[in-house]
Amino acid sequence: MSEYSVIGKPTTNVDGAAKVTGEAVYTFDMTLPNMLYGKLLRSPHPHAKIVSIDTSEAEKLPGVKAVITGKDTPGGKYGLWRRFHELADQEVLATTKVRFIGEPVVAVAAISEDIAEKAIDLIKVEYEPLPAVFEPMEAIKDDAPVIHDGFENNINNTRHIEWGDVDEGFKNSDYVREDRFTLFSQHPAYMEVHNTLASYDKGSGRLTVWASTQSPYFLQLGISDALKMREGNVRVIKPHVGGGFGGKNSTMHDSVNAAFLSMKTGRPVKIVFNREEEFTATEHRTAMHLAIKIGLKKDGTILAKEVKIITDGGAYTGLGATTLYLAGTFITFPYKTPNYRYDGVRTYTNKMWASSVRGFGAVPTVYAAETQLDRAAHDLGIDPIEIRRRNAMTPGYEAPGQYMVKSCGILPCIDKMEQRVKEKWTDLSKDEGIGFAAFAYMSGGIFNWIDTPYAFSGAMVKVNIDGTVDLFTQASDIGQGHNTVSVMICAEELGIGVEDIRLHPADTATTLTDLGAWGSRETLMNGNAIKAAAGEVKKVLVEVARMKLGENIVYDLEVKDKRIYLALRPERGFSYYDIVKDAIKRNDGEPIIGIGHYTPHRKGMISPAYGMGIQAVKAKVDRETGQVEVKDVITVHDCGQTINPLGARGQVEGSTQMGLGFGLCEDMLTDNGMVLNPSFVDYKLIRSRDMPQIELIDVPTYDPEGPYGAKEAAEATTAPGAPALANAIYHAVGAEFNSNVLKPEKVLKAIREKEKKGR
Amino acid sequence: MKKELRFVVNGDSYDIWIEPKTLLVQVLRDELGLKGTRRSCDSGSCCACTVILNGKAVKSCSMLALQANGKEVLTIEGLANGVNLHPIQQAFIDNWAFQCGFCTSGQIMAAKALLDENANPTREEIQRAMDGHLCRCTGYNMITEAIQDAAKRLQGQKLQEAAK
Repeated sequence: MSEYSVIGKPTTNVDGAAKVTGEAVYTFDMTLPNMLYGKLLRSPHPHAKIVSIDTSEAEKLPGVKAVITGKDTPGGKYGLWRRFHELADQEVLATTKVRFIGEPVVAVAAISEDIAEKAIDLIKVEYEPLPAVFEPMEAIKDDAPVIHDGFENNINNTRHIEWGDVDEGFKNSDYVREDRFTLFSQHPAYMEVHNTLASYDKGSGRLTVWASTQSPYFLQLGISDALKMREGNVRVIKPHVGGGFGGKNSTMHDSVNAAFLSMKTGRPVKIVFNREEEFTATEHRTAMHLAIKIGLKKDGTILAKEVKIITDGGAYTGLGATTLYLAGTFITFPYKTPNYRYDGVRTYTNKMWASSVRGFGAVPTVYAAETQLDRAAHDLGIDPIEIRRRNAMTPGYEAPGQYMVKSCGILPCIDKMEQRVKEKWTDLSKDEGIGFAAFAYMSGGIFNWIDTPYAFSGAMVKVNIDGTVDLFTQASDIGQGHNTVSVMICAEELGIGVEDIRLHPADTATTLTDLGAWGSRETLMNGNAIKAAAGEVKKVLVEVARMKLGENIVYDLEVKDKRIYLALRPERGFSYYDIVKDAIKRNDGEPIIGIGHYTPHRKGMISPAYGMGIQAVKAKVDRETGQVEVKDVITVHDCGQTINPLGARGQVEGSTQMGLGFGLCEDMLTDNGMVLNPSFVDYKLIRSRDMPQIELIDVPTYDPEGPYGAKEAAEATTAPGAPALANAIYHAVGAEFNSNVLKPEKVLKAIREKEKKGR
Repeated sequence: MKKELRFVVNGDSYDIWIEPKTLLVQVLRDELGLKGTRRSCDSGSCCACTVILNGKAVKSCSMLALQANGKEVLTIEGLANGVNLHPIQQAFIDNWAFQCGFCTSGQIMAAKALLDENANPTREEIQRAMDGHLCRCTGYNMITEAIQDAAKRLQGQKLQEAAK
């Protein structure tokens, strides 16, 4: 196969000019004529019965156009686990009781934000407080308050995964250890807050919704389920989105309330959350208690692993049930585990619900597994790199009944890392340490808890008479750069340039369904759909060129660099533009249209392909203050064939920032269900000056399932930063940590404990 | 009681009447329709709303619009020369220095104010100047590199102009 013209070449963002000039339009920037502003009244109680609601004063306030309570809404339950009706547990507004602080109870629409806020202050809600529960270990007790009727012991969901013979595996092990971890949450902290603009057409009874979402399709389903409408009557359009990181998959209260208020008033309604609402009442990473037992041979070979997890689910389901499954999966990666048993329990608690955040399932579990592995290696006298190499998955590895790994570059990644660290970090000073952590993640999920009847991704390509192409797909660019990837894949397949293609993304009314931007699914799944759609067009163009050439059928034609020509005699061929004109003429004047779909089949239970790699962190510990400084980072990864090296590097950089934040400083503090630090002043993100430089080394493989061999890139890299950092501290000063958020006081305490025990 | 605000934005003079409590960012976005300046945190702690006021980078969410009375404001909309992007904007594109783009206007305006004052900043000087600007997408390094690249481009431009 000849070299690619577009794939693998650093390509600047197709939305670049719009984003650097401020012209890119986000939902946040949108208004419509005659628009109203919506606000939500939220519960001050973590768990309480709603006794009565008095909205009369608010309704009298001039400028207020609608005040709605849960009882006014159509009463549809909704959620992402809609295949299981009992887990579609969200309400537009709480009807009978509230289950977390910040749960919306009343919604108001008024002619200005100020008036809407004043109206909120005039509403009187009488609550009867109920006993509340905030800790998963408390929530499962028999005498714990019941948060949702019908869910005994507040168990929202369970998951069992098992293969091999775990007990036999431990029996045959030379070394067994068990560690317990508590992993804390993390807020996705995207820069654009949740916001929705909804407009109801009185004539047709249809809704149009613009929202800051990761999945227009999920939002379309959420709104239609909640308001008991036909799906087709809800059109969702995703403008530019100011980041999601997993926090914008669920249908949130801004969307359903803006939609319903617009239906009530007959006017467009916009609801914008503020940052405090973001921290208190939007989705965050799933916190958990985790016990992990590992059995190894003397030489470091893993024989058995047993994992038990109980997660702090919060008041509703979201994608938290998926997190539970992925946690039990990715804690085994990227190592061969002949015998494995996992039991996961997701509990309801009286807090804002936990869901999916970048690397969901993997980030907390990889922290536990990778720090434990270093302790085991230390006890067995094996080098941390060597123990990882000894257990690394190889191409074709299968976990019976669960997953199979086709392309698999983890071994060359480990080799490369060993070599690079030896070259680069020769001069460790006092109290400096190096830590490693390996990682892997999926290229889109195979599971269908959303219960879609459609293909997982679709795309349509239309070629116009002048050779320009319109590409229609519902895939979501939320900042990760998928618009650029979409156009690159289409351009490569048609042998044209990215400048020839106009992209029409993410509109449920005009594009074929795609499930959205989560689980690193867009490059592989939507990429395959686009490649298939463009492939249909290519077939037509090749046929026309073949007819014109009059050559024997065995001669292959190449479509490349805006020409269609004989592969063996490149001088014999035609310009792409001439063939397009001929093809449309022959087609009775119809533009050439190609449609493509992708749904994974027979690829196991998790994902069709896995990206993976290893990260190293060099850190320095101050023994007096407990302050940790991340000095340098090296990442070696296998993302198959990189589509856009610029975008892939950007993703690795950003996910590392988030991973180090999980490890070092991002701490969602709560007290009796109340978030204590709901602002960027008190919730600390890694900032420019804290950020180390990252050397990125690519170990390319070819995944047979991915478009041009591509697979997941850089969601996995959210996971290794925290455990690699913890391992670096472990090797520098011997301190062990069984939780994330390694603030100076925690590090200092661990150092003192270590000193007490003696080294 | 509304008060008069006379100021210059992106080279154009404005004379408008506003409530005294109105923030500069509100006037820019809601009165003048300059939506390129964005809000994110509501507490003056993310710098997404940064604009340039009389040559200095300021947070437009943390000052009253009336404080700009008689002064000159430059927003992201005023940076490009017609259809020609400013070298900082081009450097942000070429270095993939943004992803979602929501904080980008503020980052670019702060970079402009920095490079106006210090034409050749070191990596540490850039990180210090940009430290309050939160970005969840890029991990900052590619922004730092874009600003270094922009500094080179601007210096090259100056040398070319001097040679003419």
